[in-house]
Amino acid sequence: MIWDWQFAREIFPILLLAFLEVSLVITVLATLLAAALGLIMAVIRYSKVPVVSPTTSGFLQFIRATPIPVQLFFVFYVLPDMGVLINAVTTGVLVLGIHYASYFAEVYRGGIESIPKGQWEACTALSLPMRTIWQRVILPQAVRKILPSLGNYVISMAKEVPFLLFISVPEMVAQAKDIGGATYRYVEPFTICGLIYLAFSYPASVLMRKLEIRLETA
Amino acid sequence: MKGFDLGPWLELLVAGLWVTVYATILGTFLAVVVAFTLGLLSLEHHVVPRTIARVIVEFFRGTSLIVQLFWIVYAAPLLLGYKLNNVVAAIIALGLNFGAYGAEVVRGAIKAVPKPQREACTALNLTALHSFRRVILPQALPLMIPPAGNLMVQLIKSTPLMFLVGTVDFFTVGDMIRRGQPGSVGLVYLGVLVVFFLLSMIVVGITQLLENWAKRRLGQKPVRISTATVAGAAPAGEVV
Repeated sequence: MIWDWQFAREIFPILLLAFLEVSLVITVLATLLAAALGLIMAVIRYSKVPVVSPTTSGFLQFIRATPIPVQLFFVFYVLPDMGVLINAVTTGVLVLGIHYASYFAEVYRGGIESIPKGQWEACTALSLPMRTIWQRVILPQAVRKILPSLGNYVISMAKEVPFLLFISVPEMVAQAKDIGGATYRYVEPFTICGLIYLAFSYPASVLMRKLEIRLETA
Repeated sequence: MKGFDLGPWLELLVAGLWVTVYATILGTFLAVVVAFTLGLLSLEHHVVPRTIARVIVEFFRGTSLIVQLFWIVYAAPLLLGYKLNNVVAAIIALGLNFGAYGAEVVRGAIKAVPKPQREACTALNLTALHSFRRVILPQALPLMIPPAGNLMVQLIKSTPLMFLVGTVDFFTVGDMIRRGQPGSVGLVYLGVLVVFFLLSMIVVGITQLLENWAKRRLGQKPVRISTATVAGAAPAGEVV
C-alpha cells in the first residue's frame, strides 16, 4: 500500500500541532526580533556614524550572504564554549531573527529612501517637530512600501524554520522525519508537511499581493 | 585554538568544496531551464498551459525546499522502487524550487517589455521565435539578471541542506573537522562562513558583469561594479 489513509489520519494532528505550536511560534518570535533588530541596524546605518555604521553594513552583508545552517552551528557550538548556555529553540529564534534582521534593515532603508525629497523639504519649510515629521509624514508613506516586502520575508522565513532541524528543534519537518524513521513510512509524513506548508504560504502570499496592490493605489 | 592543523583535512575540504560548487552550478542550470519553461508557459494565451505552469510554480514555491528534498530522498524511493544518488536528489530539489521562483522572474521581466515592441514585431511580420530571440528577450534579460543573481545566492546558501541527506558537501566537511578538532569550533565555523561568503560574492560579481553585458548590448549605461548592492534574497512573492 503506497498511501495509508489510516496512518495519514493518525499523524496529521501531530504534524499540524507541531506546525502551529513550534514552527509558527518560532516564526512569530523571530519576526519580532528581526523587526526590532532590523530597525536598530537600519537607524545605525542611516545615521552614518564613522566606524560604527560601516561595520554594521559589513556585518549585515556578511549575514545576508552566508547560509543559515552554518550560522546555526556557529552559535550553537561556539556560545557554550564562551560560557553562554542557551537551548536549541532560543538559538534558532536568535539566528533566524538576526538573519532576517539583515533583510529587514534593507527593506526599512529602501522604504525610507523612497520618500521623495520634497516631503522632507516641506516638513522643514513648515518647521514641523522631528516627532511629527516621522509620525505623520515619513512613516505613513514608508509603511505602504515596506509592509508587503516584510510580509513576503516572513512567509519565506516560515519555510526556512525547518533549517532548525540541524540543531534538533522539534519543529514539524523534524517530527515528520522522526515518524518516518520509526515507521519506515516517509510518503505520508512528508506529503502532509508539504500540504500544510502550501495551505499556509499560498493564501499568505496571495494576501500579500492583494495588500501590495491596495496600498499602492491608495 | 592551539594545535589546529589544516593539513590532513585539506584534501577532504577541496572535495567538499567541489561538491558544493558543482551542486550549485548544476542546480542553477536546472533552475534556469525550469524557470524559462514555466515562465514562458505561464505567459501563454491558452488557459491550459498557463494554468498548469501556475499550479507547478505555486506548488514548488509554497512547499518548503527542505520538505521537497526529503520527499525526493526518502519518500520517492518508496513509491518508485528506485533510489537516486543523494547529490542528484539535492540538485533536483534545488533546481525545481529555485526554478519555480525563477519562473516568476522570467514572467515578470518579459511582461515588463513595453507592448509597442511586440506590436512593432507584428508590423514587421517577424516570426514568433525571431521576435522573441531578437527583440523581446534581449530587452527582458537585463531585468532578469539582478533578481536571478539574488536567487543564486539563495541557492548557494541552501546547499548545506545536503548535510541532512548524508552528502559530503563543504559544510559537512566543516562539521567533520569540528568533531576532529574539538578545541577550535569557532575557528572552523568562521572559516566555513567566510568561504560561503566568498562564494556568494563571486556570484554577485558575475551577476553584475552579466548585467553590464546585457545592458551594453542594448546601448544602456552599465551599472557600477560593487559588492555593496547584494540584497541576498528576493522575498517569496515579490518579484516584479
